Amino acid sequence: MATREVISTGNELSAIAAVDAGCTFFGGYPLTPSSEVMHVISDLLPKVGGTSIQMEDEIAGICCVIGAAMAGSRALTATSGPGMSLKAENLGLAQMADVPLVCVNVMRGGPSTGLPTRVSQGDIKQASNPSHGDYRSITLCAGNLAECYTETVRAFNLADRFMQPVIVLLDETIGHMHGKADLPTVEDVKAGIVPRKTFDGPAEEYFPYECGPTEPAVLNPMFEGYRYHYTGLHHDKNGFPTEEIETCRKLIQRLEDKVMAHQDEIELNEEFMCDDLTGADDEVLIIAYGSVSLAAKEAIRHLRADGIKAGLFRPITIWPSPAKRIAELTGKIKNVLCVELNIRQYTEEIERASSRLDLEGLYKVNGRAISPHEIVSKVKEVF
Amino acid sequence: MAFNYDQYLRLEKMPTLWCWGCGDGVVLKAFIRAVDKLEISQDDMCVVSGIGCSGRFSSYVDFNTVHTTHGRTVAYATGIKLANPSKHVVCVAGDGDALAIGGNHTIHGCRRNIDITMIVIQNFIYGLTNSQTSPTTPQGMWTVTQKAGNIDPTFDGCELAVASGASFVGRENVTAPKKLEKLFIQALEHKGFAYVEALSNCHINLGRKNKMLSAMENLDWIDEITIPVKKYNAMTPEEQLNLLPTGIIKQDTEVREYCDMYQDIIDVHQGKRGKITQDDFVKKI
Repeated sequence: MATREVISTGNELSAIAAVDAGCTFFGGYPLTPSSEVMHVISDLLPKVGGTSIQMEDEIAGICCVIGAAMAGSRALTATSGPGMSLKAENLGLAQMADVPLVCVNVMRGGPSTGLPTRVSQGDIKQASNPSHGDYRSITLCAGNLAECYTETVRAFNLADRFMQPVIVLLDETIGHMHGKADLPTVEDVKAGIVPRKTFDGPAEEYFPYECGPTEPAVLNPMFEGYRYHYTGLHHDKNGFPTEEIETCRKLIQRLEDKVMAHQDEIELNEEFMCDDLTGADDEVLIIAYGSVSLAAKEAIRHLRADGIKAGLFRPITIWPSPAKRIAELTGKIKNVLCVELNIRQYTEEIERASSRLDLEGLYKVNGRAISPHEIVSKVKEVF
Repeated sequence: MAFNYDQYLRLEKMPTLWCWGCGDGVVLKAFIRAVDKLEISQDDMCVVSGIGCSGRFSSYVDFNTVHTTHGRTVAYATGIKLANPSKHVVCVAGDGDALAIGGNHTIHGCRRNIDITMIVIQNFIYGLTNSQTSPTTPQGMWTVTQKAGNIDPTFDGCELAVASGASFVGRENVTAPKKLEKLFIQALEHKGFAYVEALSNCHINLGRKNKMLSAMENLDWIDEITIPVKKYNAMTPEEQLNLLPTGIIKQDTEVREYCDMYQDIIDVHQGKRGKITQDDFVKKI
């Protein structure tokens, strides 16, 4: 596939990707270190006849995006941890009502105001369930500049496929990183757009939430003759509130199953220098994601130069987690090191997937990046 | 011939969950008559509601309808309207939605003057959830969260809307359904943010402990505290003290609407006009 070379930042690439992927609406509130997404898209959208609005707060930012998405637009918001906390309730409504949208979260140090201008991966657990209640989040995590673009594009297609919010996690390091990226051509991105399904039969035969037990709702754009109801309450096939026991159970089960039954369409991982890992006792598997994976790759080059056979497993789709692949790799390789800019947030998921409690970890929560040297030292220390 | 509401109702959702004698049904019917008079297509209208008794409004009317989270009607409606500027977008909120949890969105919807009609069904209490204090509950009244008597100062939503920049602000009372209908027509015809308060009764959850046990007693009280805005404006501040004006409180047809202004931004970016400067605005600070 043809590529093009650009020089840009992660945040800017995310904004450009959204517009290339057919996004026509942005709503948000400035929040360091994500604000550049709005700075860039507020210029790009009006050029293509779209709309970008700075709302009065984070909650309004997500609400107007959900409104535009309900009406039929591809819509984006961008924020960081404090904003995610504020958006949580309405992200829950979008989950409940099958409303597709993309939410970029450029992670900074938390909890609370934390370290606004410094890097963290502290929102990993939050991304799996920002709102109360049961549903399956789809969360993607960019591990380099190019992925800020490609994962944002993929997020829009997944959102429309599964009719739900898709979170794209960047971190401060990736978001503000400035450099070269090889991107797919705009023509290829446009050719790859998979718009949401619509119903084109007679309106009286349209039941937006009457779908298979593992499928998303089919929600037509507003104002086109198919009048129906959106609600955050448990609802029936027409979208109207109900407390009927089986309907309620089936609805929430569907929110779980529509994602988990199609994990093959969602899962994306990178395995770096894992091909020659055979399961010998002295081999090392590093598991890392986001900007940390860049340091891990550099560390692996150093380790291999020093005669230690190491490889990286990097989930790009963070939620649902690639549990099966994690189990396969951690079942084969004894020495596993999890590296995260938080305290064990994803490690606990890796422990669950691997059924192992002997994983080593390197964690940092002081707002500073993890260096390749620190990873090399840790590997030499613990294995 | 009596007006037939069937075309606009989701008849399978009837009867409503509103209590016997509730004024919310009067608001619903007046709204439907207004839409019918203006001959607005049901497909071209979106009704967005919040949480509380008024929240169910959207599920009873046959338009494109959205039942949102508590207080966020204007924020959802802003997205729907900006993405579809030619369509009619109406918010139906309660006093808790509009003036407590969602107060910020009300302020900024008014300030932007986006073409949304916001109907606030104001019944002075949290009705659906059983008598908690609302920002509009009169001081000294009993609520379940202030059984010793409400000490929280009372909020006037219309004054907030005027101060926040809404270009249309009005109030009516469910004892005057024809006037309410007329106000809705004027609000829907107005281009810009229209804040319309419909005073309604809640004899169940406001009245039961405040000596208004029946709908009629509650409605009589609302009649006593309301007065046409012309008469109100002729009064001294002392005379105005415990009264709420009804009718059109503010209408400004000169101020520009937000979607129209956003078109200027599109035009700048598409090279159809020069950059927007302070010279484009009469009011500069």
